[in-house]
Amino acid sequence: MRLRPVAGIVLRQIYLFRSSPVRLLPTFAWVAIDIVIWGFLSRYLNNIAGSHLNFVPNLLGAVLFWDFFTRIMQGVTTSFFEDVWSRNFLNLFATPLSITEYVMGLVLTSVLTSLIGLIAMLVLATLVFGLSFVSMGLMLIPFVLVLFLFGIALGITASAMVLRLGPASEWLVWPMPALISPFVGVYYPISTLPLWMRAVGHLFPPSYVFEGMRALINGEVFSALTLLSGGALALVELVLAGYFFAWVFRYTVKTGLLARYSAESVG
Amino acid sequence: MPATLHRAPEPITDPAQPDTVLGVTDLCKSYAHVTAVEHVSFNVQRNEIVGLLGPNGAGKTTTINMILGVLAPTRGTITIGGVDVAKRRSQALARTNFAAVYATLPGNLTVEQNLRFFGLIYGITNLGSRIETLITQFDLLHLRHTRCGVLSSGEQTRVALAKALLNRPELLLLDEPTASLDPAAAQTVRKQIRELAKQEGCGILWTSHNMYEVEEVCDRVLFVSHGRILLEGDPRALPAAHGVHSLEELFIRLAREPLQRAEEKSR
Repeated sequence: MRLRPVAGIVLRQIYLFRSSPVRLLPTFAWVAIDIVIWGFLSRYLNNIAGSHLNFVPNLLGAVLFWDFFTRIMQGVTTSFFEDVWSRNFLNLFATPLSITEYVMGLVLTSVLTSLIGLIAMLVLATLVFGLSFVSMGLMLIPFVLVLFLFGIALGITASAMVLRLGPASEWLVWPMPALISPFVGVYYPISTLPLWMRAVGHLFPPSYVFEGMRALINGEVFSALTLLSGGALALVELVLAGYFFAWVFRYTVKTGLLARYSAESVG
Repeated sequence: MPATLHRAPEPITDPAQPDTVLGVTDLCKSYAHVTAVEHVSFNVQRNEIVGLLGPNGAGKTTTINMILGVLAPTRGTITIGGVDVAKRRSQALARTNFAAVYATLPGNLTVEQNLRFFGLIYGITNLGSRIETLITQFDLLHLRHTRCGVLSSGEQTRVALAKALLNRPELLLLDEPTASLDPAAAQTVRKQIRELAKQEGCGILWTSHNMYEVEEVCDRVLFVSHGRILLEGDPRALPAAHGVHSLEELFIRLAREPLQRAEEKSR
């Protein structure tokens, strides 16, 4: 893998952010709105529940993690959409750029944008609502890592889907995190769910993160092995997502979808 | 002497020869019910400008897309600078570049940003100095910070040509490069391309519907119709050799004749 083409993909996104700061707004705006809403809700619940329960880390912490995951996924897809919106596939893929280099460029772009969002979220949640991750300690790192890996995997899968189904299918991508969220127990323990939903939830690595996070905050038994299996699952899904994208790319080259992508190509 | 339709001869030059920048052998592309390109073979030599002519839907752009690696052939081989596109895609595509009226550069990036972005994608060393050279060469100095989306057709063509020469390609593919230009701008572009072909020593495959342009620019032409090469030769000698007054007359005759034959058959 060559570094220059990867840098090119990242640089293009930096140019776009620089020329149009509005593009950066979603990185901060939605995150800030989420933190403010859930921050006040957590405070309100603390008031009515009494002192034996603290909703701030449970709810606000979960929202912060979930938003981070969503930003990671959308960081990949938004960077990919730039090529869809500017009808750039022909220019881009008629070059020596390999699929690995392209996907790596999307991933690094996502890291850049989602880290900015994460810092904004942490500052707001800590300063305004007193959220603290001290109880999690170093476990914060594997939690974030698992969410990061799965966010990237989902972003690559969603991009492959749009490459295969055409530009109009972009609208299927935005609600993806919302569709997953009921299964992974962002706001409630997985045990609350019916059995079939629990089974589905265990296919998504974030469920291991949110279970682990709640266990640590509430001083319950936490299984590092469970989190490790969540991490392994995320890695496997990331590799599968990469293969899926490469397979879809080859399919679009074989069938001519890539060459005429700017036309609506669902079918 | 009436124009007779015959299969174009097999490529004259041995593809193994170092002066062959493009070798196309027995190229075919079929879709479910349509054969877009059928047994097409030709070569392009260094310092040679070859015109790929034919009516709309003849298979010119399909052929170019296959050379650019964004469309997989059903059969046949393509080599660029001796490198097989199917087997060593990145290495082969590093030796070529293209400009096409339907593949505009991202309009939300400036001229300089586009050149830098694609320069990195092609992995060019000393990119800054290469960009300066091309910006000067194509008279883009005053437009370097202008977004490509707001440029006139002529200016966009100049930027596309600058991008197409970033990697000093051995093979340059130009798909109707003057299609949206006024006669004066088209003449300037033709002159620039001819000079560049001499300076850089590259081979050029040029598609156009403007027969006067083809006569002026091309050393050799290939007439394509219904996915097949019907005729090959010197654009200045071909009309007389086939009993017509001009290349345009020959074009019209060749474009219509296969259809007339099909109609006669169906009667």
